[in-house]
Amino acid sequence: MAAIFQGVGAAAPLSSSPSNSFDSNKSVFSPRRSFSVRKRASFAVVRSDGIVNLNPKGRSAQRLISNAVATKADSPAASSSSKPGHELLLFEALQEGLEEEMERDPRVCVMGEDVGHYGGSYKVTKGLAKRFGDLRVLDTPIAENSFTGMGIGAAMTGLRPVIEGMNMGFLLLAFNQISNNCGMLHYTSGGQFTIPVVIRGPGGVGRQLGAEHSQRLESYFQSIPGIQMVACSTPYNAKGLMKAAIRSENPVILFEHVLLYNLKERLPDEDYICNLEEAEMVRPGEHVTILTYSRMRYHVMQAAKTLVNKGYDPEVIDIRSLKPFDLHTIGNSVKKTHRVLIVEECMRTGGIGASLTAAITENFNDYLDAPIMCLSSQDVPTPYAGTLEEVTVVQPAQIVTAVEQICQ
Amino acid sequence: MATAFSAPKFAAQPFTTISPTSQHKPLKIPTAASPFLGSTRKLLRLSSSSQLNLRRRSSGSVFAVSDVVKEKKPTPIPSLLITKEEGLELYEDMVLGRSFEDMCAQMYYRGKMFGFVHLYNGQEAVSTGFIKLLKQQDSVVSTYRDHVHALSKGVPARAVMSELFGKTTGCCRGQGGSMHMFSSEHNLIGGFAFIGEGIPVATGAAFTSKYKREVLKEADCDHVTLAFFGDGTCNNGQFFECLNMAALWKLPIVFVVENNLWAIGMSHLRATSDPQIYKKGPAFGMPGVHVDGMDVLKVREVAKEAIARARRGEGPTLVECETYRFRGHSLADPDELRDPTEKAHYAARDPITALKKYLIENNLSGEAELKAIDKKIDELLEDAVEFADESPLPPRSQLLENVFADPKGFGIGPDGRYRCEDPKFTQGTAHV
Repeated sequence: MAAIFQGVGAAAPLSSSPSNSFDSNKSVFSPRRSFSVRKRASFAVVRSDGIVNLNPKGRSAQRLISNAVATKADSPAASSSSKPGHELLLFEALQEGLEEEMERDPRVCVMGEDVGHYGGSYKVTKGLAKRFGDLRVLDTPIAENSFTGMGIGAAMTGLRPVIEGMNMGFLLLAFNQISNNCGMLHYTSGGQFTIPVVIRGPGGVGRQLGAEHSQRLESYFQSIPGIQMVACSTPYNAKGLMKAAIRSENPVILFEHVLLYNLKERLPDEDYICNLEEAEMVRPGEHVTILTYSRMRYHVMQAAKTLVNKGYDPEVIDIRSLKPFDLHTIGNSVKKTHRVLIVEECMRTGGIGASLTAAITENFNDYLDAPIMCLSSQDVPTPYAGTLEEVTVVQPAQIVTAVEQICQ
Repeated sequence: MATAFSAPKFAAQPFTTISPTSQHKPLKIPTAASPFLGSTRKLLRLSSSSQLNLRRRSSGSVFAVSDVVKEKKPTPIPSLLITKEEGLELYEDMVLGRSFEDMCAQMYYRGKMFGFVHLYNGQEAVSTGFIKLLKQQDSVVSTYRDHVHALSKGVPARAVMSELFGKTTGCCRGQGGSMHMFSSEHNLIGGFAFIGEGIPVATGAAFTSKYKREVLKEADCDHVTLAFFGDGTCNNGQFFECLNMAALWKLPIVFVVENNLWAIGMSHLRATSDPQIYKKGPAFGMPGVHVDGMDVLKVREVAKEAIARARRGEGPTLVECETYRFRGHSLADPDELRDPTEKAHYAARDPITALKKYLIENNLSGEAELKAIDKKIDELLEDAVEFADESPLPPRSQLLENVFADPKGFGIGPDGRYRCEDPKFTQGTAHV
């Protein structure tokens, strides 16, 4: 039986999330949304060997599925022989998005530490200074609060800066400007000034980088009124979100992850953006909704493989938009599966998961068959030791256990 | 360059004579009743070139922002610093500022405005002296003591008063208040409540000006930004970080320090290791100038040169204006710490009285004409208050507007529509 999934999103004409495949040992299938700008009208086919069991309680666990998600056995027009598009690593995708926007609009500029001559500490701005000049790709002194404020002032007077924090943690120094000015000035000026900045940088727990370089600031920024937050997780959505963020009139904080910069994916040649407010359906399913973002998406997909072998059918959604939440996609999923598991890298206290739990409970309480489970990082400063760091963040085994628990 | 402004010793500076340990020692007032420092007898004739050089012997020296400091030569026939029109413009602007602030105090005590209101009485010379030299496209960034900066920049008194009353006709639709005056039309970029917060924004506005000239190739873009802030701010990191960046990239900005010696109740001397703020400019590679901020003509001369410097692309200047606020820090401040002698000293140097004297003594205007201006301003303010009183309060529907420039930022609701499309959104009752 093949089930065709059509992602139903809000009226977002430019959103499209086509099939993508990664080289990192996972095959993830993202079904296309119905509003696709692309001419190719292929759609995802979910195949299973048997009937999908709609009753989670009486599951027959013996259907062994070799892949967590569908294999594209006979995808029409897409991929394979002609292989359109080009392959890029995630940091290259970010760079490409940034470069295209800088070409398109001469008011787009970059500022940050080591973005110019050095090419960016994660090479996202490599080559841009040579191409666009030192003023458009500005190497700033180490003064986060001030250069973020400078970017905000420049945005108010007509430019569209992209402000890079070398590590998201450094933006704690810019919190004054981000909270007071970035978030508020459009409001306190009565709408007279817009602040179309993009604040971006890598965050999250890396490989033994130590506590201060392994911070997850999504939770700190989420309460600031007036800003939007998005987190990218694949080269496709990294480029799309970068472009959408630059084009947006609102201040947007784009969270990247230190460990995801080397993911490879084939990207389309043509211009596209990813809608800032929408979530991404990663794997449709029936038994449980797993909401995740950024790096945890990969842990979830890894766990999904195990789960599928055990007979579960998880629906995985990458929420992408951390503020505001795409309650439509999430809601539809909750209404279908009635169980929710949130897997995030943020801290437990006051994190994105906490807000999401509240939002879902408020809006979809009637549809829930079980309490929402939220797996977050431990509320500890990330330890240096590898063993401790590993247990600080959520691991696939925990996700599997949680799903089993929630589906009882 | 910077060395032109290493300051020689001043004959008498109020703050150096106060011992930092005792606040209650009477202020050593410079000898003889200070002559009005703007009088022509003490100032030299202007040369027609842009190289000004004025040096005073006694207190409150003015240093020209020029590369070569010429020796001053006394001239037999001093010419005036301003024309009659300019003089009247300056006078009117200062009277507007003073009367407006007095009206604010009245309105506050009558319960028409609330919260923190910081009044500018006594400091008008700085605002008028600088801002009246600007073009419309030049930008001004201020702090919470921003009413008079707004008025000098051209924001109508009606709009400012309405904003203070919290009405929807205010310059920020009532959403900003006393401490957040903005006007995109007049390029007034705030109005900031936290001190130091506006300086990076000003640096950004200056950056845009440079960017427009060099990257967007708008060759005639020479917009200058003025950043106003106080003595307390000069101990804040953002101040120093921005001095560095502005000097590094030669941004067209002038940093104007309104040193009124007090940060609420904290005397400048008790908070600062080296109280001479203008000296901090050369440390970053820009000229640092000290000027008597109670004398509008002196301020104007320094401002002319600093602004011209920025327009030419030579970079920033740090101007320290020694000034004083006649009232407390805000209307809630009982103002008990400041020495009455100190207050009396500065009250004697009231910039408006001084300018009036100058205008009359130099036959630029007469008592009657100036009184007419006073009356005109009074009427203007009466009208402003009336307008503000009659303006409507913001309705509930205004609550959610302006949070985002693009209201799609409120996200997608459970029904699949953007929340901003929800009809309740325009009523201000949508759940976002």
